[in-house]
Amino acid sequence: MPSSRTLKPAPVSVGVSIPKLEAGEKVTGRARYVDDIAVPGVLHGRTVRSTVARGRIIRVELDPAFDWRGVVIADHKDIPGENVVALIADDQPLLAADEIRHAEEPILLVAHEDAERAEAARMAVRVEVEPLPAALTVEDALARTALVHGDDNVFKEITIERGDVERGLAESDLVVEGEYRTGWQEQLYIENNGMIAERDGDGLLVRGSLQCPYYVHKALMRIFALAPDRVRVIQTVTGGGFGGKEEYPSMIGGHAALLAWKSGRPVKIVYDRLEDIAATTKRHPSVTRMRVGVMKNGRLVAVDADILMDGGAYVTLSPVVLSRGAIHAAGAYRWRDARIHARAVATHTPPNGAFRGFGAPQTLFATECHLDRIAERLGMDPLALRLANAVRIGDVTPTGQVLKESVGAVDVLTRTAAMADWTRTRERLTRENAAAAAHETRRHRRRAAAPRPGSAPAPSARRLRRGIGLSLALHGAGFTGSGEVRLASRAAISLGADGRPVILTANTEIGQGTITAFSQLVGEALGVPPSFVIVHDPDTRAVPDSGPTVASRTVMVVGGLLEQCARAMRERLELFAETPIAGADEFRRVAKRFLRERGPLKIERQYEKPPGITWDDDTYRGDAYSVFSYAGCAVEVEVDLDTGETTVLNVATAHDIGRAIHPVLAAGQVEGGTVQALGWALLEDVRWKDGRVWNHQLTNYIIPTSADTPPIHVEFVDDPYTYGPRGAKGVGELPMDTPAPAVVAAIAHATGVRADEIPVTPERLLAALAAREKS
Amino acid sequence: MSRIAVTFTLNGARRRVRVAPMKRLLDVLREDCALTGTKEGCGEGECGACTVLIDGRAANSCLIPAVHADGATLVTVEGLARRGGALSALQQAFVTMGGAQCGICTPGILVSAQELLLRSRGRVPGDAEVREALAGNLCRCTGYQKIVDAVRAAAREAMPARARAARRAPKARATAKARRTAKRARRAR
Ligand code: FES
Ligand code: FES
Repeated sequence: MPSSRTLKPAPVSVGVSIPKLEAGEKVTGRARYVDDIAVPGVLHGRTVRSTVARGRIIRVELDPAFDWRGVVIADHKDIPGENVVALIADDQPLLAADEIRHAEEPILLVAHEDAERAEAARMAVRVEVEPLPAALTVEDALARTALVHGDDNVFKEITIERGDVERGLAESDLVVEGEYRTGWQEQLYIENNGMIAERDGDGLLVRGSLQCPYYVHKALMRIFALAPDRVRVIQTVTGGGFGGKEEYPSMIGGHAALLAWKSGRPVKIVYDRLEDIAATTKRHPSVTRMRVGVMKNGRLVAVDADILMDGGAYVTLSPVVLSRGAIHAAGAYRWRDARIHARAVATHTPPNGAFRGFGAPQTLFATECHLDRIAERLGMDPLALRLANAVRIGDVTPTGQVLKESVGAVDVLTRTAAMADWTRTRERLTRENAAAAAHETRRHRRRAAAPRPGSAPAPSARRLRRGIGLSLALHGAGFTGSGEVRLASRAAISLGADGRPVILTANTEIGQGTITAFSQLVGEALGVPPSFVIVHDPDTRAVPDSGPTVASRTVMVVGGLLEQCARAMRERLELFAETPIAGADEFRRVAKRFLRERGPLKIERQYEKPPGITWDDDTYRGDAYSVFSYAGCAVEVEVDLDTGETTVLNVATAHDIGRAIHPVLAAGQVEGGTVQALGWALLEDVRWKDGRVWNHQLTNYIIPTSADTPPIHVEFVDDPYTYGPRGAKGVGELPMDTPAPAVVAAIAHATGVRADEIPVTPERLLAALAAREKS
Repeated sequence: MSRIAVTFTLNGARRRVRVAPMKRLLDVLREDCALTGTKEGCGEGECGACTVLIDGRAANSCLIPAVHADGATLVTVEGLARRGGALSALQQAFVTMGGAQCGICTPGILVSAQELLLRSRGRVPGDAEVREALAGNLCRCTGYQKIVDAVRAAAREAMPARARAARRAPKARATAKARRTAKRARRAR
């Protein structure tokens, strides 16, 4: 291959934070999100939903007093194909026919030209339901108070075993037990879900806010019994996803399309916040029981984990969420013996689904909290305990995966500890807390001796404690197990008529900077600046199926394919030109000549697993992921002992993501993920009443604001991965894994009380503090 | 339904619209004026995605009936660029520093930040001050760090060069020349 690099240096952009290419339209207000698109003649669709958790539909009645002119109505009988939202299992209907399995389940659709009339029509539909007893909690479901799924209410059960756990526990100096719980979490993208559907010749065109165009495509083919080329799905500019727009857009897209199919008019369904929170998917809540055997010197021996996740009423993605959760449950540590048993349970609640981290934050929360409990029992520093047991190259995970390269666990811990000045900060805060306690006791005695009636406590009388906590996590990049092999993603680059390279993938920009990172990777491999590269809209008519935009796979897996395409394209063009190409002008000249003389050029590559990777789905043995990313996180908090309020003062976090393609965007991912995790740990509490979310508003479902958010210090540990493009591994989900257990550890350091359940709301913490006082 | 005529100055131009009495300003901007840069995230005054400037003050346009804006001067995200369409220092800082991820909160955040910059002209607001000023604008993507950094960078940019030098001087290891410039700048103030 002719080497241009010796002649002219290739423009370097990978590893450099160029201005984000997709940002220009967003800071001017020009970017068109789904609700910004004007569609002539559009009808506004609304969804009639169940108000009960379980029941049988007796009758649907249209209020005779209502003026139904101009209202389009559709129910399950209007579905031309199958009444199913195709995903892993085919158990979820597009519209309930007679059985209702959860509150907010869609039953009927209405649409009208006027959005207010459409809403009024929705209210004028009366659904008579015979209510049936429901299993609303995991406990109920396991006790089979009512059957949701099969004869045991278990969607999926996984066991991972290595060594002999019982022997390991028996041989350990100490066995520590604990139980940890995590709550639901709403993705809370600021742009609510929305889709626009219209008839397109003899097929369908569906556009909207979504992460995975080919998921929607697949679902629509089944619902309408249409061939692949008659369904076209295009992603519009998307205002955040975090997993929340992974599977649910298939449902909304199906609804909008059904109304459009029936009426022959374009139909737009855009949820408002209430409907979005109440009806769409959330993070799976979890309960994890841990038993860990450890030697007195701090060497971890055996882990026995039992995991329960609440999947809700339909299978959706629960089996794979559970799978990722189970595989991550052993944390970033070396164990001789491990047994991980995990179940996803069905309840009569709205299905839970994908949310950044996909099961791993839940189980890592348990593991990391447990590590702190163990450190306390051993009288050991939590950092030292982690350092002693963190995985290194050559270590083996519970699935039998040998960690061969790019294992940054020790590095991220060391960096995090240095950034937080761990040892000194911890000692200082311990001293300050002791001093504060002593001061309060003295003041209390003085007051008791000479009470001043009616005097309010001075502001300085606030009883505050500070603490610092730390955590470590790993996160597998890409689909779990043989997922990537089965996906067999394809990505391509073609030459546009103007001689510029065009990236063709189904991967969506939802804020992470996909367009920028892809342009950098391709630009660098082609020897042109990133701004010269065009990224085609994710449009199923034009782009190959490069798989969903999930699982931290976009840069590592699809970016890797694109890099191969770009290299091959450059080689083709250089052979054709018989000269090396460097720079946009030269590229354009050669490309145009190629198009004239040879015709169109498109280079496509399909995923092939890196060498030496094996996985067995039946036994859960082998390489669960081609590689893991690692993160350490230290959090400093202040707790008000009287209000139970926790304020996060500082976060320091170091990440090993191989190599950062764009350090600023990568840091943005880390900061955003960190704050979502802080919300999960402290604020975000989904409240239920009779199987329905009652706090489905931004006034009562609280997420962090800028004023509650501390400065976040991010560093990257450079440890390139051979099979990632330019050494990159995944980054998107990893920052969700570490902050919550670090917060809990920091609260424990501040107060001496260990919260084993998140969110640690003031009420929960006050109850724990009161319980300690009593004992 | 009866309609009411409302007149306001929108991004520098006079506009007259006829609207239903209770129509929200947000909808009038998006539908009647076809300016879809202003977003709706909640419709109840919590998320700030709908923030616009009304007579220089940031307000949630989802809570305000358009009739209340009669006679007012309004600025939306579409009105933030410089004349001729070049990005303002604030917009540019968001692009280069990663202040916009999915971008749905960005219009509202830029407008709130613009109000802050107008208020603190000639001075770079501190980290906590920026966080306080933006506390009514939710962002789920960025974790706020890069937003705060971008706002402060834009404020720094907007300061006259001499004032900037004066501020920097005490911190930097000042050369004789820098110290002279700083002194001049202080005197000039
Ligand atoms: S839409 Fe106005 S504050 Fe959320
Ligand atoms: S950038 Fe997505 S909500 Fe702020």
